[in-house]
Amino acid sequence: MGELSYPLAVIGVMAAATFPTRALPFLLLRGRENHPLLVYLARVLPAAVMTILVLYAVRDIELRQVPHGLPELLAMLVTAGLHVWRGNALLSIGVGTGLYMAMIQSWVAGWWLATP
Amino acid sequence: MPERAQLAAAFRATLPVLFGYVPLGAAFGFLFSGLGYPWWLAPLTGLVVYAGSAQFLGVGLLAAQAGLLETALAVFLLNARHLFYGFSMLGRYPGTGWTKWYLVFGLTDETYALLTSTPVPASTRPQGFYLAVTALNQCYWVIGCAVGGLLGTNLRVDTTGLDFALTALFTVLLIDQLRSATAMYPFVVAAVSGIAALWLLGPDNMLLGALAVSLSALLIGRRTGVWAS
Repeated sequence: MGELSYPLAVIGVMAAATFPTRALPFLLLRGRENHPLLVYLARVLPAAVMTILVLYAVRDIELRQVPHGLPELLAMLVTAGLHVWRGNALLSIGVGTGLYMAMIQSWVAGWWLATP
Repeated sequence: MPERAQLAAAFRATLPVLFGYVPLGAAFGFLFSGLGYPWWLAPLTGLVVYAGSAQFLGVGLLAAQAGLLETALAVFLLNARHLFYGFSMLGRYPGTGWTKWYLVFGLTDETYALLTSTPVPASTRPQGFYLAVTALNQCYWVIGCAVGGLLGTNLRVDTTGLDFALTALFTVLLIDQLRSATAMYPFVVAAVSGIAALWLLGPDNMLLGALAVSLSALLIGRRTGVWAS
């Protein structure tokens, strides 16, 4: 176990540092679920967080370099369009992801990258 | 415990997470296997830490033989965004038992996104559905970590781009949020602070920065009556 004590300690510390980030609000605000401020946050935060998570998901795109984020933009537009049209989450996500994988794995990517 | 119908509904709702978490967890497992430790430490990390970006950071910390205090601080700050999720889940996770604390433990970006956007199947006990969604998501993640750790760099399947499923999931959930919204200002505030944070803080720090600015703006706006609608 000697050589495992260091990674096990690091993993244990990571777990001990992660759980409070999730549990603190529940511990500190126990019994105040009906406070108007928290009711307000429960109403507006999911919308704000989702908007930010979408931006976060595309944070690493290099807009100045080929292909300028086009595969992501195109796949997201197809996903969004399908979802508005049919309202079937699995269909939208499946087609969008398939299209994205095809675009970045196939000749399309090669063609894009070869185009100045 | 979840009812059978809740489990089925949870499986349908979490399928996109399955396609996102398995390759992402496997990517973590690959990286982890490069450290030379036994493979099972990768799924163990997924089991007890269960935080994607912190686990990737952990590989770097282990490789650098980082100190424990440094590890604790870096991981806490990286995961501080979870505090914002807790604020808006208080009312949904009442009670005390162990299931509540498991739900709290498993509150990842994706689980939060699903649970705040997906209508809960009709039942007297919505907690069963929450539990099923949370546990299924963690199963996918741990399986991914194990697969990556076991196969190391031997895997030949080209899954490049499969983790776009999570981007697509967030896109779909944002549309669902927009459809059921009674006010637009939370989206506008978040979009402005998100783009500003991306521009000013860069991709690595944008999430926490954007969440902090949005929360402040939403709170100040409420107090001053700017969002009076």
